[in-house]
Amino acid sequence: MIGWKLIKISFESIGKNKLRSFLTILGIIIGVSAVIIMISIGLGAQREIEARIASLGTNLILVTPGTSSSGGVRQAAGSFSRLTIEDFDLLKKEATYLEGVSPVIMTRGQVIGGVGNWNTIISGVSMDYLTIRFWDVESGYSFTESDIKGKKKVCILGKTVAINLFPDSDPVGQKIRIRNVPFRVIGVLTEKGQSVGGSDSDDIIIAPYTTVKTRLSGRNFIPQIMCSAINSDFIDLAQEEVRELMRLSHNLDPYAGDQDNFTVRNQSEITEAQTESTQIMTTLLASIAGVSLLVGGIGIMNIMLVSVTERTREIGIRVALGARESDILTQFLVEAVVLSLFGGLLGIILGFGGIYLVEAISGMATAVDTDAILLAFSFSGVIGVLFGFLPARKAASLNPIDALQFQ
Amino acid sequence: MNEVIRTERISKYYQTGSFEVKAVDKVDLRVEEGEFLAIIGASGSGKSTFLNLIGCLDVPTEGEYYLDGVLVNGLSKNKLADIRNQKIGFVFQGYNLLSRTTALDNVELPLIYNRRDKIKNPKGLAIEALKKVGLEDRMYHDPSELSGGQQQRVAVARALVNNPAIILADEPTGNLDSKTSEEIIELFKSLNRQGVTIMLITHETDVAVHAQRVVEFKDGIIIRDEKQGKKQIAL
Repeated sequence: MIGWKLIKISFESIGKNKLRSFLTILGIIIGVSAVIIMISIGLGAQREIEARIASLGTNLILVTPGTSSSGGVRQAAGSFSRLTIEDFDLLKKEATYLEGVSPVIMTRGQVIGGVGNWNTIISGVSMDYLTIRFWDVESGYSFTESDIKGKKKVCILGKTVAINLFPDSDPVGQKIRIRNVPFRVIGVLTEKGQSVGGSDSDDIIIAPYTTVKTRLSGRNFIPQIMCSAINSDFIDLAQEEVRELMRLSHNLDPYAGDQDNFTVRNQSEITEAQTESTQIMTTLLASIAGVSLLVGGIGIMNIMLVSVTERTREIGIRVALGARESDILTQFLVEAVVLSLFGGLLGIILGFGGIYLVEAISGMATAVDTDAILLAFSFSGVIGVLFGFLPARKAASLNPIDALQFQ
Repeated sequence: MNEVIRTERISKYYQTGSFEVKAVDKVDLRVEEGEFLAIIGASGSGKSTFLNLIGCLDVPTEGEYYLDGVLVNGLSKNKLADIRNQKIGFVFQGYNLLSRTTALDNVELPLIYNRRDKIKNPKGLAIEALKKVGLEDRMYHDPSELSGGQQQRVAVARALVNNPAIILADEPTGNLDSKTSEEIIELFKSLNRQGVTIMLITHETDVAVHAQRVVEFKDGIIIRDEKQGKKQIAL
């Protein structure tokens, strides 16, 4: 009962000193909005990096040939190419956790067609490749099983290649020559932009691996098999399964202690490292902003202490009229907490405004995190209790006789 | 007659350096219900310290103090706060109203801290108290909008609102001109006629003459305690 009345008193007292109350909470307003803006910027950066990595395919599993050793001297990775079409066929047939499997045979070559010529990478892949990479055909269509079986000379152009060879016309249906082998363009890929590494993802031509193998690379071995797990939760299971199947395919005997002569890696390891670094950045930004919140709290304490001195007479009157020490303590503590929570609230509003400005002016990506807002808000309440306690204690312990004589 | 106040050898000593100052020294005083008592004395006579002891704002070094039949010595701070709230009504020289707070809210203030009575309508009680001092038409005014006399009336209403056993008035006319002073004294007298026990501290003899009983302090002890005849009151 009396608690509610004390809360009412605190609110009235805040209302009677609007300007001072506002100045008191200014620090908290700035602190809370800083925390929210910083976390949003950090989180925005994090999301953007995650999205870029996801565009590579977070479910991606790469199989590359292992190293060989010749008389104890280990050779460079891939020096002993042992991935074959048979490995690919086995994975394709047996793997249960994989959504797509594709060999990747890359070769660089001069391409002639349209208005001129261009030097680019030609990737020999299966139909699954577009699914694995989350790529899409912008115009035309992708190749089919029969194109692969029949080693058809068809290809899909990346955007960069399409623009350079056919700046004014539709490349679909046109003939081009890759290292003097004639190919028919059946589609154009949608634009992907830069890759995380900084290279142009659109500077590529893809074609059936069977065609590339026989017509362009001329090698029997596959430098790389690219797979995608059915979803990112199964990435570890899928990776293990690929490893087992590869050992089976390569006749590796676990009892003889045969070591893997291939490597299976997944993209999530790269993702983790990237996310971790942006998380560190977010934490750093938030802690700097947190310091300003702390300074805001000290500001509240400062003004509250002044306010207690200024209101010594009021406190004396209240005590003379029968207020207990705990009543005075509660009144000032509630005042501090209400002030800082109110500051927190205004800080959230200012924070949203700030986020909007940052996006509008700098074009930085931001992401609003409700947890961060709740955290900043409740932290402002904690600061109110923490920094309000000392002034409240001072007020409660005033001697009423001295307080009443205070001028 | 009911005894409202009884002190037995109540003392307050202060230690200043090697000297012991006996602000109040073994004072015995009884005040009965319905009395109008004036305490006079020069400044430094100990009358203010005595008032602080009676008002439970200070605790005695020695002696016993019974208020409304209850031994006050040794009570906890919270109990003392409750006694101030329920048994004592303070009126100060400087009015001591909360600024930027209406007369009504000022009078309501002691009711907020009243933990004994379940008060259903604090506003009604406050208005009633303001009526007793004739200020019901000013209840929504801030102290800054009221004259000194009116402010002191609000303070009296505030002292009355919890129906205290005694009203302690410390130089209530000290800040007022003689005409307003008279009005306030008249207010006290009329309240006293309605049965309110009043203890008034003053150094002005023309204020003290209105009381039924005058107690004079000097150097921490009572040097005079006499009832005044009806003739003098009539003056």
